[in-house]
Amino acid sequence: MIAAATIPAIFRSEPARALSVPDPDNMQLSDAYHHFGVTEAIIRDVIAEALSMGGDYCDVYFEQNVTNTIGLEDKEVNRAYTDVSLGAGIRVLKGDQTGYSFTEELSPKAMKLAAKTAAAIANSGKTAPPQALKLHDIPSYYPIETPWEQVGIDQKIPYLQNINDKVFALDSRVIKSNIWFINETSMILIATSEGRVVYDYRPMARIIVTCTAEQDGRRESNYFDLAGRQGIEFFTPENVDRLASEAVERTTALFKAVKPEAGVMPVVLAAGSSGILLHEAIGHGMEADFNRKKISIFSDKINKPVAESFVTIVDDGTNPHIRGSLNVDDEANDTEKTYLVENGILKSYLHDRISARYYGVKPTGNGRRESFRYSVQPRMRNTYMENGPHTKEEIIASVKKGLYAEAFTNGEVAIGAGDFTFYVKSGALIEDGKITRPVKDVNIIGNGPEVLRNIVMVGNDMKMAEGGWTCGKGGQGVPVSMGLPTVLVSEITVGGVSS
Amino acid sequence: MKLKDRLDLAQWVIKTAVKCGADESAVSLSNRREVEIEYRDKQLDKVKESVQNSLDLNIYVDQKYSGHSTSDLRKESLKSFIDEAVRSTRYLSADPYRTLPDPSLYPESMDKDLKILDAGYEQIHSRERVELAAQIEEAALAQSDRIISTTAGYSDVMASSVKVHSNGFQGQISTTQFWMGAEVTVDDGRGGRPEDWFYAGTRYFKDLPPCDQIGKWAAQRALRKIGQEKIDSGKYVMLVENSSSAQLLRMFQFPMTARALQQKRSFLDGKLGQPIAPEILTVTDDPFLEKGLGSRYYDGEGIAAQTRTLIDKGVLNTYLVDNYYGRKLGMTPNSGGTSNILLDYGEKSHEELIQTIDKGILITGFIGGNSNSTTGDFSFGIMGLLIENGAAVQPVNEMNISGNALTFWNKLAAVGNDPYPYSSWRLPSLMFEDVDFSGI
Repeated sequence: MIAAATIPAIFRSEPARALSVPDPDNMQLSDAYHHFGVTEAIIRDVIAEALSMGGDYCDVYFEQNVTNTIGLEDKEVNRAYTDVSLGAGIRVLKGDQTGYSFTEELSPKAMKLAAKTAAAIANSGKTAPPQALKLHDIPSYYPIETPWEQVGIDQKIPYLQNINDKVFALDSRVIKSNIWFINETSMILIATSEGRVVYDYRPMARIIVTCTAEQDGRRESNYFDLAGRQGIEFFTPENVDRLASEAVERTTALFKAVKPEAGVMPVVLAAGSSGILLHEAIGHGMEADFNRKKISIFSDKINKPVAESFVTIVDDGTNPHIRGSLNVDDEANDTEKTYLVENGILKSYLHDRISARYYGVKPTGNGRRESFRYSVQPRMRNTYMENGPHTKEEIIASVKKGLYAEAFTNGEVAIGAGDFTFYVKSGALIEDGKITRPVKDVNIIGNGPEVLRNIVMVGNDMKMAEGGWTCGKGGQGVPVSMGLPTVLVSEITVGGVSS
Repeated sequence: MKLKDRLDLAQWVIKTAVKCGADESAVSLSNRREVEIEYRDKQLDKVKESVQNSLDLNIYVDQKYSGHSTSDLRKESLKSFIDEAVRSTRYLSADPYRTLPDPSLYPESMDKDLKILDAGYEQIHSRERVELAAQIEEAALAQSDRIISTTAGYSDVMASSVKVHSNGFQGQISTTQFWMGAEVTVDDGRGGRPEDWFYAGTRYFKDLPPCDQIGKWAAQRALRKIGQEKIDSGKYVMLVENSSSAQLLRMFQFPMTARALQQKRSFLDGKLGQPIAPEILTVTDDPFLEKGLGSRYYDGEGIAAQTRTLIDKGVLNTYLVDNYYGRKLGMTPNSGGTSNILLDYGEKSHEELIQTIDKGILITGFIGGNSNSTTGDFSFGIMGLLIENGAAVQPVNEMNISGNALTFWNKLAAVGNDPYPYSSWRLPSLMFEDVDFSGI
């Protein structure tokens, strides 16, 4: 075995810095400082420069991100990609105003120059003495057995070959398969002008299997993926089998699929990735920046009833190994389980530091950013609905004519009007209380508050999405997850064919 | 880093890769300077200034291929980065189709002035940027007292890159972009807060439209949504505003690539030389358009830019062929990507097209949805205006359109004369007949 391109080679010839990522299980603050080639004194100097124009607050976000991707196509593992980024983002706040800059060079001089740029958001000339930095302890929601830096490309290649063999063995209609193995690790260190310092090692792993099949001259494609804040042990023999079989089944099922009739109908959302409904219908609208700016349809609705009493919706950063979980958010605040809707009542927005200060509440640990190149926004983590009183069987049986939506590719929302959509890659018709023909490629569109009111049954089978969802907002993508028990929405508009 | 230093570094990377055992390599070094301003509630809300560097390296060793990127450009770091890159590549399977493009595909000259770099970039002062955003906000707010929120924005980018291949290619390109716009949210009087936006982007600072117009357009786009409702499902005439037309034409883009063909994920497989749309549709990819947001001399693989007619009077005229999949399919590479997309524009203006509609829907924006490159099936969420007897009578939303690309494009009834200038895809209004809308 070699620890090939996975090791952050940029540090190897740099004696002043660590040779690789410190062992995540035994890492100390001094290791984290050493990793980025900084000291507490250097960071305090940078913070002092950042606040030299009278800013209220500053944080410095150090990040080293390594992403390794290997790909199989036409039955061979014949491509590999590595991306390494290293830098520090410096943010200065003055009231609700933000000054931001970043540097990819971690010398004191380059960092102070970036600090000076960010400082210019303020202009009072009043400065505050920088605080001594004190380590803030955080939990560990995603320990992994072997750091990804110690997993060589030669260890990963067999997974792809194995899955590919299974895909072609499962169904003779399969004509093409693309398989990607992506692992990513971020080492971060955050220091604030309030004297908090924190570090985190964030792993992420994902395998995506895309499949194309042919039958009677027709072709269909679909995919299946598994993702999480995991180590290589996540890809158990069972998960490898599922990656192959789900990709094949989801593809070949499309040969039988029809398009539903266009219009308003009841929709049953299958447990799991149907949580995209929550992400689009309510999650974004509850991000507090949209409410602070009064542009969300949920503005001014806190403590008001928005759904039936059996509906409870949370956004949670603490689920072990789930893709959107964080030991600490990207502005050094603790994450938590935040109730958006509790027993039908709208409870809390999702806050970052700026919005929490504006509303006079505690931050909820939703301050996130794509990388050191971006400033913080309130963002979702893992958004899901808790179990309700119904069973999957009684929910499906209650529908005379409707849609059962199972797998999704993407969604979008207009925050103010409340219109949201999500794209159903595969599902089925429900006729007389039974699942009948499969359907494919239909967009569903609804209005967030109306759809919440129209959730009339909630199952007791909550399941988290398993795939690698990424949420985009303001040009930044962050990993998220979502989940849902089986849910019945009494009416929603389904794209389809006009009769 | 100066241009010459960047070229020297790129050459050094190529030499180092060879020393480490690479047979061939390609390197790009990019530098991007960016300023972003957001302005709201009559004060500066956010300022971001940054300089970003990146290096992209493609390595070919023993017919094995890998790609690497890093933001750490120090030579001592790069040396071990390159060494590791070459060593890890050896673990992959050999692939005989992986080589750099044949040098005959590289551009012969890069002399034409594409007018994509504004020499006045350095003269723009920070205060001026903030002032422009303030003026946009003021203009938007003046439009109506129903406006709840306005965020005005200004940003500019100066980017330059050099590209060197071990088999002789060397190119460099520098560009500027300037963007201004606003997002406006209005109170619809019944609990809804419809929003819309308008952004304009240009290569030259002086070509940006006036701030008062940008603010006004953004506000009016939001105001015209007040009272939006979904209407009955059915087949309607559909007119798409020029700024939204790209969403529809993009359903052809991936299926036209050699990659989609080779991977059997293209509904356009076997359609070369065949009609896929009515004769009124001619689509051209023009990389040499002056001031074009997509203009270039060469693509990401160094392949010379060339003007291509993609769809000629409705007939699929060419595929988009990159080096690797072209070699796999035995097709001559002509670039797997597009630059500026232009249409043969029609005679009628947007307003004249509206006047021809007895009953139909004008699409002012798409929301969500997707299209399937293998089958051509698509479904998108829409927002717009119901048109009756040649005039807008009702804003509509919360509806979907659905169809299949091959039948849908055959219902293209008219192409407007109004290309949208603030995009590399300069598309006009497009009108279709008998489109499936789902609403009530």
